[in-house]
Amino acid sequence: MKFKLLVALGATLVFSGAATAGATLDAVKSKGFVQCGVSTGLPGFSAADEKGQFTGIDVDMCRGVAAAIFGDPGKVKYSPLTAKERFTALQSGEIDILPRNTTWTYTRDTSLGLNFTGVNYYDGQGFLVTKSLGVKSATELDGASFCIQAGTTTELNLADYFRANKMSYTPITFDTSDQTVKAFEAGRCDALTSDQSQLYALRIKLEDPKSAMVLPEVISKEPLGPVVRQGDDEWFNIVKWMLFAMVNGEELGVTSANVDEMKAKSTDPNVRRLLGIEGVKGEWMGVPDDWGYNIIKHVGNYGEVFERNVGEGSPLGISRGLNALWSKGGIQYAPPVR
Amino acid sequence: MATDKPTQTSASKVALWRLPAFRAIVFQALLVVAIGAFGYYLLNNTLQNMEQRGITTGFGFLSNAAGFGILQSLIPYDETYTYGRTFFVGLLNTLLVAGLGIFFATFIGFFVGVARLSRNWLVARLATVYIETFRNIPLLLQIMFWYFAVLRPLPLPRQSINMGDTVFLNNRGLFFPRPVAEDGFGLVWLALLAAIIGVAVLARWAHKRQDATGQPFPIYSVGTAVILGLPLLVFLISGAPMHFDYPALKGFNFKGGLEVIPELAALVLALSIYTGAFIAEAVRSGILSVTHGQTEAAFALGLRPQVTLKLVIIPQAMRVIIPQLTSQYLNLTKNSSLATAIGYPDLVSVFAGTTLNQTGQAVEVIAMTMGVYLTISLLISMFMNWYNKRKQLVER
Ligand SMILES: N[C@@H](CCC(=O)N[C@@H](CS)C(=O)NCC(=O)O)C(=O)O
Repeated sequence: MKFKLLVALGATLVFSGAATAGATLDAVKSKGFVQCGVSTGLPGFSAADEKGQFTGIDVDMCRGVAAAIFGDPGKVKYSPLTAKERFTALQSGEIDILPRNTTWTYTRDTSLGLNFTGVNYYDGQGFLVTKSLGVKSATELDGASFCIQAGTTTELNLADYFRANKMSYTPITFDTSDQTVKAFEAGRCDALTSDQSQLYALRIKLEDPKSAMVLPEVISKEPLGPVVRQGDDEWFNIVKWMLFAMVNGEELGVTSANVDEMKAKSTDPNVRRLLGIEGVKGEWMGVPDDWGYNIIKHVGNYGEVFERNVGEGSPLGISRGLNALWSKGGIQYAPPVR
Repeated sequence: MATDKPTQTSASKVALWRLPAFRAIVFQALLVVAIGAFGYYLLNNTLQNMEQRGITTGFGFLSNAAGFGILQSLIPYDETYTYGRTFFVGLLNTLLVAGLGIFFATFIGFFVGVARLSRNWLVARLATVYIETFRNIPLLLQIMFWYFAVLRPLPLPRQSINMGDTVFLNNRGLFFPRPVAEDGFGLVWLALLAAIIGVAVLARWAHKRQDATGQPFPIYSVGTAVILGLPLLVFLISGAPMHFDYPALKGFNFKGGLEVIPELAALVLALSIYTGAFIAEAVRSGILSVTHGQTEAAFALGLRPQVTLKLVIIPQAMRVIIPQLTSQYLNLTKNSSLATAIGYPDLVSVFAGTTLNQTGQAVEVIAMTMGVYLTISLLISMFMNWYNKRKQLVER
């Protein structure tokens, strides 16, 4: 997989220049689906069930884009990628969007030829330990070994944290989350460290989830969001506004359940613009006027997407926290559709 | 001499470009120039395209701080060192597994290869089973198997297997005392050097004497005794100027001493067992290639079986074995990049993995990594070719 991606990247870099505006949307329309880069299996974010159906908060980003363009959230194909493969896959054009619990950082945004379109989950790095270790706080982890995944911000934060606190540590770095979890279970490391949400997700994968616990410390900022190639502003706009529409939908109380009724009856100009009834045109970014309606109807507003995949009712059981709307004590906020 | 003249004169009449030798050189030069120009065009195009796409290029990143830790390093390293340093850390880790793997695989290969030809039915069968099993299971599976087979049964650091309070084994690795040289240890090194030179001189003398008089000299046993004995003697006389740094349990794990991590052990184990099976086959075919007449002739001359094997069969078998051995060594080195599956920090895992991903400079990083594997492969080939030449039949 990795090698194939590198060859693809080589080929595109040797023979074609800058991505031009509109190129991605045209290609997506003509092939009839969105190619979506997801993780190799992270419950709640992106994971395939027994039937091979992908679900998760990241998966819903791609479904939202497909709904906006085609009015059909099913027009998505998925490419499972490890952390190491993901950027190469996007740069080479193997995938159209990368919503793969990927942290927005300066380096990634400025030097990889990529653009981050927003934040669909505000996260931070934490630690998972076995209860039998008897550790209650990360400050007690001096000299411990950590299972981590290669090519992540996790690797960097871990080094920063231990250096800042003058503690020593041993990193054991794996390619996929499965390998990381297996090594943790085999006792190769004292703790597994990753974005906190992912710890809850990975804990479900343990043979005995109750044997492990997440420590209270959060040692970094991990704003996770969908990424696209730099240079195609139209595509950038579509992905960016897809997420804004979901957040605006929650704020305005539009849900997948009431969207038809709202469309028929609502007199709120904000709602009417969001659903494409009046004021704004979809063609400004190359999609049908009812793009906002389609996103909320077929995928849901941000709150619904969160609850369904990672929220308190889901196996992950994560509370909204930072990811609540700005008006409810969180920091999820979207520019208005107008 | 006489026949040379006419050709010379006729050649001087022909126009230069009609000369086959001249034309061959011109065409080859043109081809080289064309390939070079094409390569330059591709490179230039790639760099331009990357710039247009907003991807950073160039080798400047090598001097930026890496900011991540690495599990095992043979040279001083921590997260404050540069990306350039991670290249060397990874490279040395790759050379370490490749070196250890080649050593053990060769040992296993010769042992099993000879065993397979044994007249003892059971021994020969066991060797066959070994070869057929390990040659036919994908290497990646074997690596994973050994990793978890090594890890699972081992205890946590606090319940380590304690061997006489000096060597400890747990699922973080094997820990043993590290010898630390004190003042005056230099004398021991000098003694070792002297012993090696002395034995070399002795070997030459023994060789000459055998050529002249036919009298053999037990150079192997005497040589080993001198090379080991002399430094040991000096060491004891100078009052044993060395102490040990013992590993001790501190917090989560052992500190101090020397450590062999399970990733290294599993990888070396898997690589040498797998490649050993191929080498065994090479050894078997090499030995079988020496016709039975050779053995009979040697026996007829009154050579003992031991000596026959050493002086008649092995030297001839080597000619068949060495080329195959070379390709197995190359395979082993390249296969060592499967390390990344179990978290062993080799070049591919550290440099073409983490460094590539943190900097995003795929083209540069991959070019450097490929360059390394190419260089290692060429060096191994060159060495083996040289060795092969030496072992080849010297026609007298
Ligand atoms: N947010 C971090 C970490 C992302 C990451 O890859 N996390 C691991 C957690 S162990 C993961 O999701 N692995 C799933 C996979 O490899 O498919 C980043 O962008 O670098």
